[in-house]
Amino acid sequence: MKGWMGKIRAFCLLGLTALVLSACGKENLTALDPKGYGAETSFNLIILSTIVMLFVLVSVMVVYTIVLIRYRKKKDQEDYIPKQVEGNKTLETVWTVIPIILLLIIAVPTVTATFDLADDSAASDSVNVQVTGNQYWWHFNYEGKEIQTSQDLYIPVGEKVYLNMKSSDVIHSFWVPTISGKMDVNPENENTMYIEAYEEGVYWGKCAEFCGPSHSLMDFKVIAVSQEEFDQWVQDMQNVDPEAEPQDAVAQEGQALFQEKNCMSCHAIGSSPAQIGPNLTNFGDRSKLAGIEELNKENLKQWIMDPESIKPGNKMTGNYPDVSEDEAGKIAEYLLQLQPSDITPESAGKE
Amino acid sequence: MSTVAAQKRGFGAVLWDYLTTVDHKKIAHLYLFGGGFFFLLGGLEAMAIRIQLIQPENDFVSAGFYNELLTMHGTTMIFLAAMPILLGLMNAVMPLQIGARDVAFPFLNSLGLWLFMFGGLMLNVSWFLGGAPDAGWTAYVPLSTTSPGHGVDFYVIGLQIAGAGTLMGGINFLATIVTMRAPGMTYMRMPLFSWTTFITSVLILFAFPALTIGLFLLMFDRMFGAAFFDVGLGGNAIIWQHLFWIFGHPEVYILILPVFGVFSEIFATFSKKRLFGYTAMVFATMLIAFLGFMVWAHHMFTVGLGPVANSIFAIATMAIAVPTGIKIFNWLATMWGGQVTINSAMLWALGFIPTFTIGGMTGIMVASVVADYQYHDTYFVVAHFHYVIVGGTVFGIFAGLHYWWPKMFGRILNEAMGKLTFWTFFIGFHLTFFIQHFLGLMGMPRRYWVFLENQGLDLGNQISTVGAFFMAFGVTVFLINAVYTAVKGEKVAEDPWDGRTLEWITASPPPHYNFKQIPLIRGLDALWVEKTEGKGRPTPAEPLGDIHMPNSSFLPFIMSLGLFIAGFGFIYQVDYDWAYILLFGGMAVTLGSMLTRSLKDDHGYHIPKDELESEAD
Repeated sequence: MKGWMGKIRAFCLLGLTALVLSACGKENLTALDPKGYGAETSFNLIILSTIVMLFVLVSVMVVYTIVLIRYRKKKDQEDYIPKQVEGNKTLETVWTVIPIILLLIIAVPTVTATFDLADDSAASDSVNVQVTGNQYWWHFNYEGKEIQTSQDLYIPVGEKVYLNMKSSDVIHSFWVPTISGKMDVNPENENTMYIEAYEEGVYWGKCAEFCGPSHSLMDFKVIAVSQEEFDQWVQDMQNVDPEAEPQDAVAQEGQALFQEKNCMSCHAIGSSPAQIGPNLTNFGDRSKLAGIEELNKENLKQWIMDPESIKPGNKMTGNYPDVSEDEAGKIAEYLLQLQPSDITPESAGKE
Repeated sequence: MSTVAAQKRGFGAVLWDYLTTVDHKKIAHLYLFGGGFFFLLGGLEAMAIRIQLIQPENDFVSAGFYNELLTMHGTTMIFLAAMPILLGLMNAVMPLQIGARDVAFPFLNSLGLWLFMFGGLMLNVSWFLGGAPDAGWTAYVPLSTTSPGHGVDFYVIGLQIAGAGTLMGGINFLATIVTMRAPGMTYMRMPLFSWTTFITSVLILFAFPALTIGLFLLMFDRMFGAAFFDVGLGGNAIIWQHLFWIFGHPEVYILILPVFGVFSEIFATFSKKRLFGYTAMVFATMLIAFLGFMVWAHHMFTVGLGPVANSIFAIATMAIAVPTGIKIFNWLATMWGGQVTINSAMLWALGFIPTFTIGGMTGIMVASVVADYQYHDTYFVVAHFHYVIVGGTVFGIFAGLHYWWPKMFGRILNEAMGKLTFWTFFIGFHLTFFIQHFLGLMGMPRRYWVFLENQGLDLGNQISTVGAFFMAFGVTVFLINAVYTAVKGEKVAEDPWDGRTLEWITASPPPHYNFKQIPLIRGLDALWVEKTEGKGRPTPAEPLGDIHMPNSSFLPFIMSLGLFIAGFGFIYQVDYDWAYILLFGGMAVTLGSMLTRSLKDDHGYHIPKDELESEAD
């Protein structure tokens, strides 16, 4: 399939260069500049179906234009009564059969691609990640590796990574447009999809199934790093000591407050199972705060004191004791130094 | 006659007349008025949505309120605007087209109308009672079952009431077309709008029960502690999506098929040619309707149904393009060789062809499963369904209104304002929605309260919002046009367009008995046949005699009011025991009036022959 579709794609890319350059959207978010297996498969079908359908549109518009030019009522023939034509078997057969052929041109590669992307026979030899969708954050549990993390999904570049996805509450949908199409994350059954990134990079992920007030803020990232970097990251994450005492005195106070304010009842540090709130093991390395804000002390303080102002309807609001600004600062200091690995979003280069 | 009399009567008398009417033409007025009102409401909601999205991270409305807006925009436009307006056009025109004096069950017709009115009211009072539904018009569980407050309860009860009304309307039209066609009006001589009314009614008959069941399950989950959709208690959440879309996909054909009929009439009339390939058009409509029930899971490609199910539903969906394509080419062929007059009605029909073709193109594109993994739940899909629903249904409604306005109200809509409406709405529409195809592929999912900065989505959203204002302007001009026409519009005789079908042989507006004598039908385009080969109008099929007409009745209003009251009982019995008074009281009102209707004989009345003779033609 890749051969001739590839040719079509190359051809179209030439023709559509202007469009691609101007209206492609942001790199690593857009689906129009695919950098992964799933996204590329989808893109090929998008291009193919667009071309076939443009052919149909042009045919319709040509006839339409001729009709409007030739058959508009003319001034001098007010009383002219056109011939009342009942139909035309040949013509009607033509515009029945040609669409069927055009549809087959789209249908066959569609079915092939559908089965291709649903094939999970190689899952057992690959990296498997248990993905849990929550209002409004994502949890990632690397199966058999004792690594749990949230919001940033690290994957090795050029490898198929299998995602086994389930929701803890309502339906979400996992979508990283630049490397793969989306798959719903249901509360009742595990859906499996695989993603494969062709290039290193930080890819934007979005929740695509309406899930509540902060649906539009449920962003996450897929961080594709080289195989060595990934192995390094795995090792670092496995060696994390959840109780490690920070070096900085303020951060130490923050750690004490973290326990005192009962943060641990929802948030885990280290590889304990998915909990009520995001796992904070490598919080200091996050690409974004809460998936959307820049990760810095000010924003984090604001989150700790008033998460509702950042993500309406989140489950943290109202479920923890009062935290003063001073205390929030200390907790923030503690959380920001949770940087267990040298492999960070920067390792993947550009965002 | 009737309008002249109406003008002389006081406001109270006119109001009472409309509250109790069983006349299909007045019911049509009420459907158009109610549907039009909700259309404006849904439009305001749309404007608020577009203003919120004019710039990144805007805070024009809050996240929760935005979700209420988008839910109510969808629900209102589909259930309370598009469908009732279409039912209005069907009511106004179909009985005239088949040469009938009314629908088969005039009382039921009125009941259907008032159920819709009270259902729509029910949904919208939620704005003032703690918040509107906020789980999307699709109300996917578990989001809808866990949504706090009573918003979704109003959705469930409101739609249940309005849906019952629509179902009655559908059954009524079926019975009417099967039993009340004028002598000689065989099925294959029926005007295409009557055909599409017939097929749409079949769709309503089979699709709405699925929604009813889904809503019942949701109602029990939310109000009576059931767990049909609660995964934790052994329920199944995906089944809601199946039930919803088994209804929901035929629903979009319920919205589009009637306007296919409208366009067929308009293209034929204003090209002065009979519809090209009439038989093919009829069977294409049937095929679309049939296939419409086989494709619901294409709304669920990303749910994880597996490659077999996805492939089957993809192919079935693509198959629908074939009969739809046949229709487009038949309309073009109808104009080909004709004498095309371009006026407001025809402009909407001509605007429909490219717009709907683009909507159909993207329809095939979203049917391609793996491509849909990218399109699904993004602005691409938003663009697609607005191209078919606005570019199809709304254009069709405007076309139909301009075409039949003289028949319904006796006055012709102002042509200059009609054209202004079309051009601003048409340009605004493409500005608003064309760019959304790209926004979706650039990574903007639908139902997003905000989009973030620096994601390349700013310009597209800005253009889209500007376009929305053009559309709003167009609609405003149409409203002014309607008022202007009512006051100063040019009065017309029975046949202003040189029409081809039966509705143009009777006065504009028609007398309440429609035809003094039921006409005899001698072919397709019954009036055109007589114009070209006969005496100019159909021969009567019966001698002039007494006409049997149904009595007006206030009972349909009371029945619907009872359900409306009971609805509050259902919703609030969760919190308060006093709500049971409303529940049982409301049901007593409804059941009591049903009992009254059953026990009290009502044989209608006769218009005596001499009164008909004394009236001018």
